[in-house]
Formats: sequence, structure tokens, C-alpha cells
Amino acid sequence: MTSISEHAAALEKSRAASDRFDPSVFQGMMSKHGHSGHIGMVYHAHGDNWVELALPYDKRLIGDTETGIIASGPIISLMDNATSLSVWTHLGKFRPQVTLDLRVDYMRAARPGKTVIGRGECYTITRSVAFVRGIAHDGDADDPVAHVAGTFINVEKFVA
Amino acid sequence: MSGTVTLEKIADMLPPYADHLGIVADHMLDDTPVLAFDFSTGVTGRPGYLHGGALSGLLEMAAVAALRSHLATHRNTPARLKPVNITVDFMRGGLEKRTYAIGRITRVGRRVANVTAEAWQDDATKPIASANMNFLLSAAES
Repeated sequence: MTSISEHAAALEKSRAASDRFDPSVFQGMMSKHGHSGHIGMVYHAHGDNWVELALPYDKRLIGDTETGIIASGPIISLMDNATSLSVWTHLGKFRPQVTLDLRVDYMRAARPGKTVIGRGECYTITRSVAFVRGIAHDGDADDPVAHVAGTFINVEKFVA
Repeated sequence: MSGTVTLEKIADMLPPYADHLGIVADHMLDDTPVLAFDFSTGVTGRPGYLHGGALSGLLEMAAVAALRSHLATHRNTPARLKPVNITVDFMRGGLEKRTYAIGRITRVGRRVANVTAEAWQDDATKPIASANMNFLLSAAES
């Protein structure tokens, strides 16, 4: 289980290099623990306001035994993390937040055997709310598996 | 295929993903299955709380289980379910406790099924998250 001290260490480490939030370091720590590690998601890439995570195909994530297609849940987890990290990446710092809502539209099923890439982007941040969107694809970003939209609530003032 | 759906049948329908998160068929409530998982490393997000994605997974499994039991009771032909979309709303942080979820059928048509699901911990009247899920139904091919 991810202890609070490990969580704090990840935060500290993600700030250390350049003083800017580094999603690769943060997700790197998270991927060893908890739900992220349990389903196997890892850091893939990031830019100014976006983060990509990868979810390699794993038979334990299958939602439809007949077809071998993974369940919807792992895609939601992937996009929840990718969009959440995109907020901190956009801000350049960590700020405590919780997911308010997340919507996922499935264009098609992810192909069994393929790694799913989740790209989360934070397009607006207000004092209280961060607005995010993203896509999941299994190799070709122009042929996405899913589109997502969501919001996060800043809970900084509640945990000060 | 048609007939009463038992908790055992629901447990058999749960896919590998449900097992991976520790999801079990807990009990029946008015002919609808209630699913549950215990708090574990595998469903932990930030320290001490459930991961939103794991909670979404439980809601998804509850929606699917409710729909499958509805179809098994009311339809004679097996159907294939394709999720079109899911919207999850988070109301309260999930604590280090057992979490329950139940799906409710809003409507099942020929092509589309609209299903909602709710998750709670100690008190079913205080949901921690809810989901709205739409499915495309098609005839299962053999």
C-alpha cells in the first residue's frame, strides 16, 4: 500500500530537479504502488499541459471473456490519472484535487493485445476547477478508442 | 437463458477484470445483484482513499451485472453488450472500507440500454459515486 510518506517522497522528488512538477517522476512512483501499479499503467510522455500514460494489454483486465477486450474500468483509471497529471503539469506544481466527474465515449473497442495510450490535457484552470479532456488510442492517435472530458476540484483550502 | 438469476450465476458472469480488483457478487436486492470489493492496495489511489478508476470499475461491473440479469430474465436470446459511454460522478472520497454497488435499469430497448449505478460504503443512502452508462445491444454471434 502507498504510505503517506511514500506519497510525500514522490512529490518531493518530482519537484527536486527543476522545481517544476515532473509527471514522469510522479507517475514513476505511483506505478509501483496502489491501483496504478495493480493494473500496470506507466508514464509515456508529456508536454506543457498534457501527459500520456501507457497501459499494456493484460489478460487480468479483460471485461469480455469471449472477445478478450479489456473492461471500461481500466480505460477510466488510465484517463483519470493522465488528466489529473495534466493539471499539475499545466500548473507546474502539485495542488490537491479530487475528480468531480469524468465522461468516456467509446468510439470502438481497444484491440486485444495492444497497449492503450491515454493522453490527458488540461485546457483551463480556475481557482476551484480544472477542466480536462483527452483521448485513448491503441497505436494511432487519429483512430482513437475513446474521447474523455472531465473536471477536477481544487481542495487545497480544505486540507491546508 | 430466461429464468431467475442467482447470485452464483452472477458470480460466474464476472470477467477477469472483476477478479483482479477483488469484486464479488455480494447479495441480491430485489432481483438485482449487489457487487462489492474490500479496500486493498489494488484499489488505492491517493493514500487512504479509493482510486476513482477502481471505483468506476466497480460501478461498470454493477451496471453490466444488472443489465445481464435483466436480459437473462426478460429475453430469450443472448445479447452482446457494447459500452457506448459512461459518465461517473464522484460525491465523496472512498475510505478504507468495503464498497458496494448496484446497477439500475432505466430502459432497455431493442438497440440501446440505459443503466445507472450507485456505489456506497456504510450507508446506502449516502452514495460515494454514481455512473450513467449506455450500451449498444446486438445479437450474440456463435
